[in-house]
Amino acid sequence: MIVVSLLFYLFSFIMIASAFMVILSRNPVHSVLFLILCFFNSAGIFLILGAEFLAFILVIVYVGAVAVLFLFVVMMLDVEFKSISSTVISYLPIGLTIGVIVLAELMLVLFTWKRDYSVTDNLSITTDKQYSNTEIIGLVLYTDNILFFQLAGLILLASMIGAIVLTVNHRPSAKRQDINKQVERDAESSIKNIDMKPGSGI
Amino acid sequence: MNLLIFTPVLPEIAITIVSMFLLIIGVFKKNEKTYSTISNLAILSLLVVLFLIFSGSVPKGVSFGGSLITDSFSLYLKTLILTSSIIILIVSNIYLRNINLLKFEYIILVLLSVVGMMIMVSSNDLISLYLSIELQSLPLYVLASIRNKSSKSTESGLKYFVLGALSSCILLYGLSLIYGYTGSIYYNEIASNLSEYDVGILIGVAFTLAGFAFKISAVPFHMWTPDVYEGSPTTVTAFFAVAPKIAALGLIVRILITAMPNLIADWQSILILLSIFSMLLGAFSAIGQRNLKRLLAYSSISHMGFALMGVINGSFDGVRSLSLYMLIYLVMSLALFISIIALKTNDEHIENIEDISGLAKINPVMALIISILLFSLAGIPPLAGFFAKFYVLYAAIDAKLYYLAIFGVLSSVISAFYYLRIIKVMYFEESAISFDPISKRLKTIIYLLTAITLLFFLRPSIFINFAGTASASLFI
Repeated sequence: MIVVSLLFYLFSFIMIASAFMVILSRNPVHSVLFLILCFFNSAGIFLILGAEFLAFILVIVYVGAVAVLFLFVVMMLDVEFKSISSTVISYLPIGLTIGVIVLAELMLVLFTWKRDYSVTDNLSITTDKQYSNTEIIGLVLYTDNILFFQLAGLILLASMIGAIVLTVNHRPSAKRQDINKQVERDAESSIKNIDMKPGSGI
Repeated sequence: MNLLIFTPVLPEIAITIVSMFLLIIGVFKKNEKTYSTISNLAILSLLVVLFLIFSGSVPKGVSFGGSLITDSFSLYLKTLILTSSIIILIVSNIYLRNINLLKFEYIILVLLSVVGMMIMVSSNDLISLYLSIELQSLPLYVLASIRNKSSKSTESGLKYFVLGALSSCILLYGLSLIYGYTGSIYYNEIASNLSEYDVGILIGVAFTLAGFAFKISAVPFHMWTPDVYEGSPTTVTAFFAVAPKIAALGLIVRILITAMPNLIADWQSILILLSIFSMLLGAFSAIGQRNLKRLLAYSSISHMGFALMGVINGSFDGVRSLSLYMLIYLVMSLALFISIIALKTNDEHIENIEDISGLAKINPVMALIISILLFSLAGIPPLAGFFAKFYVLYAAIDAKLYYLAIFGVLSSVISAFYYLRIIKVMYFEESAISFDPISKRLKTIIYLLTAITLLFFLRPSIFINFAGTASASLFI
C-alpha cells in the first residue's frame, strides 16, 4: 500500500505544480504543454483508483483532442505576452481577496469535517470482479442513466448548431465541391479538341 | 419495456423530436420560405404540447428512476414557458424579417432551449438539474450573438458565454459539495440526509445559490444583464427576460423547498441579501439609462428581487405569490418588449427613450398601452403588477420580515420614477419623427396581453387559484 500512497503523492504533486505553471508561465505554448502534463497526472490518479476507463478516456479526449486543439489556437492567435502580465498585477488585489476568502472557507470545511461512514458507504459502488470498469459503465450508461446521456447529447447538438450558425459564411463567390457534378462528368463533356492554327492563340 | 413510464415527460420528448425533424428540414430544403415553414411548424407543435399540458392529459409522477418529476408546479411553469416561447416565435417571424436575419437555426435553438427549461422545472436530482441548465443556456449564448455581423451582438454573446461558464463552474462546485456531504443526488434523499449541521454543506448551498443567482441575474451576479440585453436582437432579449428566469426560479424553489427544508435559516439569509440588493440596484441604476433595453434589463433585475421575496419564507403562501408573480411578470414584460419591437421609425427599430418622444400625438393607442404597462410594472393599482407585488410583500410580512417589505416598497417607489419619466417623454415632449404602421399580428398580441394586465383585478381569483393549486403540489 505504501507504493500506492507514494504514487498518489507523486502524481498529485506534479499535477498541482503543473497546474500552477499553466497560469504562471509567460509563453502560452508552455502553458498548454503543462496542461497536458496535468491531464496525464490526473489520469495516473484515476488508474490508482482502479478507474482505468476514465483514465484512458481522459488521455484520449483531453490530451488527444482538446489540448492539441488548444495548441493550434494558441499558435495561430499569436497572443501578446506583455499585456497579460500587466493586467495580472492590476487585478491581483481583488483576486487575492477572493482567493483568501475561498481558502478560508475550504479550511473551515476541512477542519470541521467529521467523516460520517453511513453517508460515505452509500457512495461506494459494488465492484463486481467479473465485469471490467468499462463494462460496468456501459451497463448503466444506456439503461439507468439514459436521461443524462441523452441530455448531454442534446447539449452537444446545440453547441454544434451554434458553432455552425455563428461561423459559416455563405459567399456566392466561394468555390464549393459539388460531388454530383463531379460524378456526372465524363470525357466527352469535359474534353474538347480544338484545331489550332500555327502562330495564334485561343 | 413498458412505454407508459415515459408519458410524464412526453412533452419534452415531443419537442426534442420536433426540433431535430425541423433541423433536418431546414438543412435539406434551403429556400426563401424555409424560415416561415419551420417557424409555423414549431409554433404549431408547441401549441399542441401546450394544449396537452393544459387539458391535463400529461400524467403526473416521477420518471427515469426519480430524476424527473411531473407535478402541478412543474406543469404550471411549463405552461408559462411554452406560452412565452410561442409568443416570442410569432414575434420573431416579423422582427427577424425586418432586420434581415432569417436564420432557421434560430427556431431550432429556441426549441432546444425550451426543452432545457422544461427539464429544469421538473428536475428532481442534481445531475438532471445541471445538465438541464446547460441545455437551456447553451442555445441562449448562441442566440445572443446570432446577429454575427454586429459587434455588439457578438460581444454580448461572448460576455454571456464566459460569465455563464463561470457561473456553471461555481454551481457545479456547490453541487459537488452537497453531494459529498449527503451522499445522494436525489432531492428527497438529500433532504433526509441533511439533518446534521455541517459547515461544508453550507458552503455548498452558498455556491449553488450563487450559481443560480447568475442565471436569474440577481445582484451581485447581475453584471452581464444590461450588456447582453442591449446587444442581443430584441426578440431574443424578450425571451431572455422571461422564459429562462421563470425556469430558473422554478428550479430554485424546488431545490430549496424539497431538498433543503432543514437549512431554511441559512439559505433564507442569503436570499434576503440577494433580494434586497437586486431590488435596490435595479431601481437606482435604471434612473440614468437612456437605452430602453438597458432600462428594462435593470427593471428585470429589480423584479427578480421581488420574485425572490416569495421563496424566502419557504411557505405555501410565499411560493403561491411567486408563481403568481412569474405569470404577471411574463404578461407585462412580454407586452412591453413587443411594443418596443412594434415601434419603428423609417424601418429602424427604436433604441432610446428619446426615440418615443411625442408618441402620444402620433399614435395615442400605443402610448396609452405603453403607459398602462409601465404603470403595471411600477405596481400601481388596480393593474396586474400591483397584485403581483402585493402578494409577494404580503408573504414577506407574513414571515415577519418587515424590513424586507419596507425595502421592497421603497425600491418600488424609486422605480416608479423612471417608469413615469418614459410616460412623460411620450406625452409631454415634442417630436418631429413619425412612426411606421404596426403589423396586425403584433397589435393583436399586444392588445391581448395588455387586456390581461388591465382586467386582472376583475377576477384575480382565477389566476390565484391556478398558481395556488400549482404551488400546493410542492408541500405534500
